[in-house]
Amino acid sequence: MIFTFSEDYETAIEILAKGREVADSLRLELAAVSIIKHNDVEGTYIFCGADKVYSIDSELHADIVVDCLFSLINQYKPEILLIGGTRLGKEVAPRIAQKFGAGCATDCVDFSLEHEKLIVKRFVLGGRFIATQRFLRNPQIVTVPPRRFGKKLDTARTGEIIKTTPKLAEPKVRVLEIKDKTPKELRIEEADIIVSVGRGLRKKEDLVLVESLAKMLGGVVGCSRSVAADLKWLPEEHWVGLSGHKVKPKLYIAIGISGQVQHIAGIRDAKTIIAINNDPNAPIFKACDYGIVGDLYDIVPALTNAIKK
Amino acid sequence: MDIIVCLKQIYDLGQIMVDTATKYPITEGVARKISDFDKNALEEALRIKEKHGGTVLALIGGTKEAAKEALAMGADEAVIYSADSDSLGTATILAEIIHKTKYDLILCGEASIDEFSFQTGPRLAQALGIPVLTYARKMELKDNEVVVERNLENRYEIAKARLPALVTVTKEINEPRIPTLLQILGASKKKTTELSPAKPEAGIETLRVTAIEMKRKEVILKDIEELAMVITSESR
Repeated sequence: MIFTFSEDYETAIEILAKGREVADSLRLELAAVSIIKHNDVEGTYIFCGADKVYSIDSELHADIVVDCLFSLINQYKPEILLIGGTRLGKEVAPRIAQKFGAGCATDCVDFSLEHEKLIVKRFVLGGRFIATQRFLRNPQIVTVPPRRFGKKLDTARTGEIIKTTPKLAEPKVRVLEIKDKTPKELRIEEADIIVSVGRGLRKKEDLVLVESLAKMLGGVVGCSRSVAADLKWLPEEHWVGLSGHKVKPKLYIAIGISGQVQHIAGIRDAKTIIAINNDPNAPIFKACDYGIVGDLYDIVPALTNAIKK
Repeated sequence: MDIIVCLKQIYDLGQIMVDTATKYPITEGVARKISDFDKNALEEALRIKEKHGGTVLALIGGTKEAAKEALAMGADEAVIYSADSDSLGTATILAEIIHKTKYDLILCGEASIDEFSFQTGPRLAQALGIPVLTYARKMELKDNEVVVERNLENRYEIAKARLPALVTVTKEINEPRIPTLLQILGASKKKTTELSPAKPEAGIETLRVTAIEMKRKEVILKDIEELAMVITSESR
């Protein structure tokens, strides 16, 4: 049996599509685990590929998710678990793996099978390399990044929804308060258009140039390590890079950014990268789709005007 | 307050070259350092010690150089072990070592920057049977409990647990100190123990690591109007 779980609905149905492929190849059943207070989504899990849905009515909390999965795994002994790679998922997956003495592969971007065992691919070493890994025993636990795989809906599919009531211990961690993030604080990882700036900017006040362009395009402002960590002209939320945020916009404009390896590691998944830099030898030009050599103080305002038209 | 900080020594990723024939990473001769977020964890431990008193033990998958780095920052003692295993193996080794040690709090970075698995902290807490609080951007100790502010996708969550507990930290939590020359020299007077644990069982094996070909267009434009057109079409 293959289990899937994500507390995030979109991610849950993406994993089901992928899970369905693997389940068909291995001739195993695919079961979605649903831990939720309101269960209107469970029918859709069946349409999206699940043969069964184990439905648990409970608060969402890492300790509870771990207990639920532990109970279900003991009962049904799935060979494979696909867990959505949200922050919750990335905490729960290794905890379950440790309980079962199992391996766990985080953020798998590709799956295949070899002798009925999963072979997975993941980015490592700053995103410049791919590691191909094989599980040595069951259960094989994998976290799947959100928005990586597409979903498949077939309203003709049928399946079973099974209400389950596992024994749950009191969580060891108590949540005291939740503070929603304001739209400004929402993660740059989710942004579709990013206009980013680096050391080429001479002073903090000049950020307005970058902000105008970003606003014109309906995007957000990003920056390199220097601007966030060293100069502190922008808070950490805007820092794009290996030890900053990894982004996957459809458009990334790098202004006055030289293109060090650590920065490139953060933008590897961008669909189109544009570079503006006055140094023709800057590494960013080898990592971009379109570039222009020149002074950002001339180019950015002219560009903003040209786009306005 | 006795704190254990788990640290991983990694290669300086910017220096890793690619073998042109095999496409494998070349790590020979590459400098090593303590992984970035692990340093944040150590810094946080030191601040807690400065405020509440106690000891900070640096538990490091790495060499004596990494021990010196941690001791220079201010750890009281270092224990190093050689680590060549997957996350299951690493957590098993750490739990084995820590079982025999007295502690109130364990701190880890949220992930190591060479792997970004996010597994060590949660696995270790599970193995030790203690509560785990992940993605902490702020933390405070009060009345034998740890209270953290967790940075989640669309919200911040204030959560707490009784000690002993394990917390994984994000880089927002602090700015790691840079040791002074005096502190660097003082590091050699502090105790470093080297352990050789038996090779643990792994759950996963790595078959190969190969470089990705970054295929970008690399088109250099001369004209701002042209660039504006590209941007306008790509931003739809």
